[in-house]
Amino acid sequence: MSAAPDAILAVERLSMRFGGLVAVDDLSFNAQRGHITALIGPNGAGKTTVFNCITGFYKPSAGMIRLSHRDGQTFLLERLIDFRIAQWAKVARTFQNIRLFPGMTALENLVVAQHNVLMAASGFSFVGLLGLKSYGTAERAAVDKARYWLDRTGLLGRGDDLAGGLAYGEQRRLEIARAMCTDPVLLCLDEPAAGLNARESAELNDLLRFIRRDHGVSILLIEHDMSVVMEISDHIVVLDYGVKIADGSPAAIRDDPKVIAAYLGVEDEEVEQAEAEVGR
Amino acid sequence: MEYFLQQLINGLTLGSIYGLIAIGYTMVYGIIGMINFAHGDVFMVGGFIALIAFLALVAIGVSAIPLALFLVLLIAMGLTALYGWTVERFAYRPLRHSFRLAPLISAIGMSIVLQNYVQIVQGARVKPLPPLVEGGHTLIASEDFAVQLSNVQIIVVTTTLLLLAIFSWLVARTRLGRDMRACEQDLKMASLVGINIDRTISLTFVIGASLAAVAGIMYLLYYGVVDFHIGFVAGVKAFTAAVLGGIGSLPGAVLGGLLIGLIETFWSAYFSIEYKDVAAFSVLIIVLIFLPSGILGRPEVEKV
Repeated sequence: MSAAPDAILAVERLSMRFGGLVAVDDLSFNAQRGHITALIGPNGAGKTTVFNCITGFYKPSAGMIRLSHRDGQTFLLERLIDFRIAQWAKVARTFQNIRLFPGMTALENLVVAQHNVLMAASGFSFVGLLGLKSYGTAERAAVDKARYWLDRTGLLGRGDDLAGGLAYGEQRRLEIARAMCTDPVLLCLDEPAAGLNARESAELNDLLRFIRRDHGVSILLIEHDMSVVMEISDHIVVLDYGVKIADGSPAAIRDDPKVIAAYLGVEDEEVEQAEAEVGR
Repeated sequence: MEYFLQQLINGLTLGSIYGLIAIGYTMVYGIIGMINFAHGDVFMVGGFIALIAFLALVAIGVSAIPLALFLVLLIAMGLTALYGWTVERFAYRPLRHSFRLAPLISAIGMSIVLQNYVQIVQGARVKPLPPLVEGGHTLIASEDFAVQLSNVQIIVVTTTLLLLAIFSWLVARTRLGRDMRACEQDLKMASLVGINIDRTISLTFVIGASLAAVAGIMYLLYYGVVDFHIGFVAGVKAFTAAVLGGIGSLPGAVLGGLLIGLIETFWSAYFSIEYKDVAAFSVLIIVLIFLPSGILGRPEVEKV
């Protein structure tokens, strides 16, 4: 499959094997620029493995992951070391089990994510920290930006609290805010709605729409909560046992017999849940 | 009373030196969870570089003591930092993804290498430095005892405090410090927000080594001698200080250093000088029984 003209992310024939286990098998899909693309599938389908390959946690056994910026620059993510993926390719991610810096304040979590801007402002050196004017300015700008995202995620009052002490839903939002502070072009969210109640899920939908609309960031999303997936996704890719079984618009996915079969193949309650959520 | 005050001054001076070395242990442990056993020997190398720099400066005619001290500080910090960087780059980094004990064994090896290297290059005999900074102040003079505060002690304590202040500011307020703390909490996550963790780890070793170099200079000024073996005992004491204060905690390292210095000094003054190390280590054991994560250390919280 060749990349569509405006695909921000093109995954081509990606495979990831762990010993004899094939977690992802010959997977190809595109994520369009400015779209919210959802990656769904039953537990163990290989969704998080795909994320780990995109963000440099794993080195894929085979295949190519191409990310292209608006200006035409392209990066082969499988060849970049992890911190370059954030620094050059500008991909940010969040985790299924939240990974903040728990011993730093919420604000510091957001400022440390702006490392690269501050790094450049301090002249990439030790001396820069001690008194370069550009560093002082950049540091203030970084704090302003952090406050902006705290405000956007409804955490403005919690800026000076330790991240580890925030409530679960707040930690989820802070993690998204931190990812946004790295100035990404592609934001990868691993189950952002997990553990959120209905009201918080609705707020999350609004936040994600805002990020896409006002910041032009494309989103790739793993999610089990169908109320989130069906409502905000432009495009859905369905995985089962590491293989892509469907790829299309939410409406098409909802009616795809293969998708329903994949969900039927798992435990009863999850089937009922899935059926209820897709409205069958 | 006067005697007590005098011992307090001596203990704080010695404790400052231990504290400076302990910071290196605690920082490295915080960031990569490894005890850098070669750190004591990096301190010793710092002492030797300082000695050579002093003699070289005197030879080329820099005779103003404050200027010479300042230059020696710069030279020793710079060169010792290079040693610290090299040790990390060649002895630890290749083993980063190996099993936990590998870098530890490598560190012990590195410690032996540094000791033997200095022993061969500089000889095994004790190297003296003529006293550069002389004089002092008599704080309290009674009939039988005068409390002395020597100029060297003033230099040692103020330099230590100054460096600690600069350094605490660096860690608390700047990009570098934030990066280090982020690495300390979650190395992988730090790289995902774009921090070059190899570089940050290298910098940690560089900072630790340059503080150890300062400790080396202070030791040289205070005792007037260095030999290739000082790193071992001082290193073990500083490591003890770091553990006592709570390994991973910067203020803890300094507090631990001061405590070890005070315990050692008071024990020597009031009981017996032969058993001063026993006293220091006994306190460590007692504290660890009641406070397993040290005085200021954070207790390990089990994740659920």
